[in-house]
Amino acid sequence: MKDQDTVISLRGAGAALGARPVLRGVDLTVRRGEVVALLGANGSGKSTAVRAVVGQVPLTSGELELFGTPQRRFRDWARIGYVPQRTTAAGGVPATVREIVASGRLSRTKLKWPGKADRDAVHRALDLVGMADRAKDCVEALSGGQHQRVLIARALVASPELLIMDEPMAGVDLASQEVLAETLRGQVAAGATVLLVLHELGPLEPLIDRAVVLRDGCVVHDGPPPEAVGQHALPGHDHVHPHADPAAEPVRTGLLT
Amino acid sequence: MDLLNYAFMQRALLAALLVGVTAPAVGIYLVQRRQAIMGDGIGHVALTGVALGFLLRTSPVWMAVLVAALGAIAMELVRSKGRTRGDIALAMLFYGGMAGGVLIVNLAPGGSTANLTSFLFGSITSVSAEDVTVTCLLAAFVMAVTLGLRRQLFAVCQDEEFARVMGLPVRWLNLLLAVTAALTVTVAMRAVGLLLVSALLVVPVAAAQQATRGFAMTLALAVAIGVVVTLSGTVFSFYVDVPPGASIVLLAIAVFALMAALAAPLARKRARAAAAAAEQCTLDLPGGRSPGDDVSVQGAKG
Repeated sequence: MKDQDTVISLRGAGAALGARPVLRGVDLTVRRGEVVALLGANGSGKSTAVRAVVGQVPLTSGELELFGTPQRRFRDWARIGYVPQRTTAAGGVPATVREIVASGRLSRTKLKWPGKADRDAVHRALDLVGMADRAKDCVEALSGGQHQRVLIARALVASPELLIMDEPMAGVDLASQEVLAETLRGQVAAGATVLLVLHELGPLEPLIDRAVVLRDGCVVHDGPPPEAVGQHALPGHDHVHPHADPAAEPVRTGLLT
Repeated sequence: MDLLNYAFMQRALLAALLVGVTAPAVGIYLVQRRQAIMGDGIGHVALTGVALGFLLRTSPVWMAVLVAALGAIAMELVRSKGRTRGDIALAMLFYGGMAGGVLIVNLAPGGSTANLTSFLFGSITSVSAEDVTVTCLLAAFVMAVTLGLRRQLFAVCQDEEFARVMGLPVRWLNLLLAVTAALTVTVAMRAVGLLLVSALLVVPVAAAQQATRGFAMTLALAVAIGVVVTLSGTVFSFYVDVPPGASIVLLAIAVFALMAALAAPLARKRARAAAAAAEQCTLDLPGGRSPGDDVSVQGAKG
């Protein structure tokens, strides 16, 4: 073990969706206690990169280690709290907020029955995101921001050491953005490691230690959060269109939207 | 209750009860995964099993169990690969199962398509003592899986990718669910018939969720609806000589229509209450808005 503190180590990672290469030799290292933002335009490969980290997109080349273990042999999934893009989680049967959050506890209980400790954890996670009073409500009755808070509670309920979030601020109202930033601040203060995909730094900017910027499946920046790049990165710039640089926009086929 | 004096009617009602409990208990996961049509496919494939039973002079029920389980596994493999041509592959399986059943039963000595009718639409007089034993065993297995593993199956059907990242054995749970669905179809075969079995997997769940907000409540109410319609449909078929599958399914649809009619005003009321609550939250925002907040509002537009 040369580096006990490396939580995620992705080296020379390549991945493809169908025949189209999406990651072309990505290096990404996240150390314990760091908050790393993965930035980039639509189609730059940032979502694919985090989905590769959690084992949902196979690597065509390169290596991936989680907590010092090759991903292929990694079994300790309760150490990772994953918050997918909100659109992926929708069932055809109503489910309550509590039921959704409780399902996140399965990374610890697996096939066993839950006990009191598990029920307490569900309550704590709901409290953390300010949704305890909505526990019995149907998730379909929630706003986008509230739904996002539920998905974050689902990830936090297993007390993970590493949080991986894909676009946690997309379509989230102001009140929920503040709750999310506050929740994340608490997790970071308690020593959690965070990797999150963002369109732009936004309200989470003060929390972020390092930014990795992807363009066309390659890392083009790895270091402190980018300073002003023209008007776009200026604090207060009303960035209504999500692309960092129109010139860097890859050819859009429409296949992925 | 003179109908309970008939031994065949006792068996038919027991079979109906087991179907009423098991079909919605499995169906809810298929509906949750938006795969409501899967039961229909398994029913078609099971027909080939029934016909094979006639041809090989073995029990049609056990052959249906075997072939339906293989068909369900094949469907699950097609689904999990998620190829764009998945629906075509499933269509091949559906129609192949139906055509295979008709072909094989006519090859059987003295066999004709008429042999299949009771399996296609259900028949209360044809439930034998042996059928009841088989049905009880299968139903016990189905309930053990659908209730014992309900948290795991819920997680897999709600958000499969998240379930995989939690380290759940998603592939095995999916195959187990597929096989359980196949067993349920064969449990239901005698009471409602293979062509209508899918309705009993789906309609009680659809009816229940008109009035519920959570998964556990939907499951409980769907099973209750399932039991009511299968028992009353079977009794109806005793007095009015029609195949029980038809009366059970029409009753289930009637319950759905009733629930939907009753729930519509309730849903409107809830929506209004939610809208009012949302308005209040925005106004009560601590600190109100400062000019700096304009930056964070942008996320809502993306």
